[in-house]
Amino acid sequence: MAELTYREAVAAGIAQEMERDERVVFLGEDVAAAGGVFKTTIGLLEKFGPRRVRDTPISEQAIVGAAMGAAMTGLRPIAEIMFSDFFAVCWDMIANEIAKARYMCAGQLTLPLVIRTANGSGSRFGAQHSQSVENWAMAVPGLKVVAPSTPADVKGLLAAAVRDPDPVIFFEHKGLYATKGEVPDGEYVDQLGTAKVLRQGSDATIVALAAMVPRALQAAQRLEQEGISATVVDLRSLVPLDTRTLLAETKKTGRLYTVEENPRLCGWGAEIASIVAEEAFYDLDGPIVRITTPHVPLPAADALEDNTVPTVERIVETIRRTAG
Amino acid sequence: MASDDIDRSTRLALYRSQVEIRLLEKRAYDLFLQNLVKGTSHLSLGQEAVAAGFATAMRPDDYTYCTYRGHSHTLARGAPMVGVLGELMGRRCGLMGGKGGSMHLTSVPHGVMGSYAIVGAHLPVAAGAAWSAQLRGSGQVAVCFFGDGTCNIGAFHEALNFAAVWKLPVIFACENNQYMEYTPIRSVTAVQHPAADRAAAYGLERIIVDGNDADAVYRKARESIEKARGGGGPSLIEAMTYRTSGHSRADPAKYRPPGELEEWTKRDPIALYRARLLELGFDEGDLRAVDSAVQRAVDEATEGAKASPPPALEVISRDLWADGGSSWRN
Repeated sequence: MAELTYREAVAAGIAQEMERDERVVFLGEDVAAAGGVFKTTIGLLEKFGPRRVRDTPISEQAIVGAAMGAAMTGLRPIAEIMFSDFFAVCWDMIANEIAKARYMCAGQLTLPLVIRTANGSGSRFGAQHSQSVENWAMAVPGLKVVAPSTPADVKGLLAAAVRDPDPVIFFEHKGLYATKGEVPDGEYVDQLGTAKVLRQGSDATIVALAAMVPRALQAAQRLEQEGISATVVDLRSLVPLDTRTLLAETKKTGRLYTVEENPRLCGWGAEIASIVAEEAFYDLDGPIVRITTPHVPLPAADALEDNTVPTVERIVETIRRTAG
Repeated sequence: MASDDIDRSTRLALYRSQVEIRLLEKRAYDLFLQNLVKGTSHLSLGQEAVAAGFATAMRPDDYTYCTYRGHSHTLARGAPMVGVLGELMGRRCGLMGGKGGSMHLTSVPHGVMGSYAIVGAHLPVAAGAAWSAQLRGSGQVAVCFFGDGTCNIGAFHEALNFAAVWKLPVIFACENNQYMEYTPIRSVTAVQHPAADRAAAYGLERIIVDGNDADAVYRKARESIEKARGGGGPSLIEAMTYRTSGHSRADPAKYRPPGELEEWTKRDPIALYRARLLELGFDEGDLRAVDSAVQRAVDEATEGAKASPPPALEVISRDLWADGGSSWRN
């Protein structure tokens, strides 16, 4: 085990896969010579050369479109979109082209590609560089959607995404880049579509994703001191969705809370609430409660941004008020 | 250019390809009137020389990227007629088993890597396929067809710049059929030639070709493909042509000024090519034999498609993922 930051784990995951498979190529804005604006891809150009690690112009449609063309003709590209907010300028490529191509042609084309992006709040960047858009991707049939919360998951799930034969949208959380954690040595590959139970409790089940996972854990520790025992599930992947773990962990406590950074309406928790309501209704001891960013764009100032996205305090207070 | 730089069998192939496209698309139109072709369809009547000229110059393993007006390009690469008609008719025998329809014809075994119905989207995709060919050292090229209207959308400019900077083996082939859907392209474009006049912005040569002359298209295609294969980078070619049918099946094309259609019909690419072949000493009987063989093939394809059942409903949940299914949960 080595201790890596979340950002170092990105480069480690890409390097592991590029080392293993020469079909893996990597492109994006400022990713090669500069090592990425978040310094997530330092050293890859030096290690793998300019043919496989390429800087692009500011052309998100061309980046993602080129990844699609390369994937359908025998490569396994990783494309970086610098901020997930920029998905909006290449959403045609992602939602209309990449997601649908295989289905429309009845399986003639295969698109083994990964689109990595920096998602989420915490950097005071304002409403166009801080969004959590994982629910956009989740809404489109044909995309797999992954959002890791730890360095080990970054490396393992990124490797799994590269090896997956389908398009995977890989949401890194920019608020987690500096966090550290143990990452297994040697080749490390995880499995898409598997949630992780990080903490087992008896009174409430908290389901969280990416940067909301450490907050859910902290909230669970605080609640423990107040006599409320909470399970914390790190979802890790929205598509495929590990409903087996979700349903099982909800049934054990009878209460379900989602902690979502995406804005309220049609956030991923709504889908989970609907599944649990349909399939585990009689195991519930109370209403399913969603803790989300309110339905507003993200404001920039410290106090505003911090109090818009779910906080540890809000999670604790909501569960204390409703789990009794 | 000398008229003997194209050999006789190539010329016959160019002729046959154009006739195949014409007769099949006329049949598609008839079947639409009989309510057997559903949805929409965008015909290339009058534009056949572009598809034939390029496809004839391509290697079997080269890539074609088409728009929703892609029947012609799909057929020109050798995709089976029954598969094309079957797809238009929503039958099991369709190229994609009825899942794509007219605007998304795809036939990977023939190098047709998809028909893209969002204007401009496939230019970056074609650049990506060319990048892949460049990296794999396969010598393949990608040819990407699009209309004049595409030259005003962002993806066109992103893809052109990208392909030029990376020196990719891709040919961007603009079919300027004079109309962006219902609107004359001249009235919505800052330059006279929507593609060619933008070439300089990407360091590319300004190339305009007579898109109703299959030989001229073939020569330009051959030249640009050779250049791309040899590592010389991309080309942008504007083929001047005219669609003699409406934009789509719903369009009677009442926006044409009087006399315009008649003028272009005089320059019908197939009539022109037939006259040239006769001038070059081809036997009229041989050409008639091509015509009737193609007509027979179209008739057979029609019967084959009509006899094919609708798709099995199980395919609704198939082939979203590479494992063949569409499951999103465990």
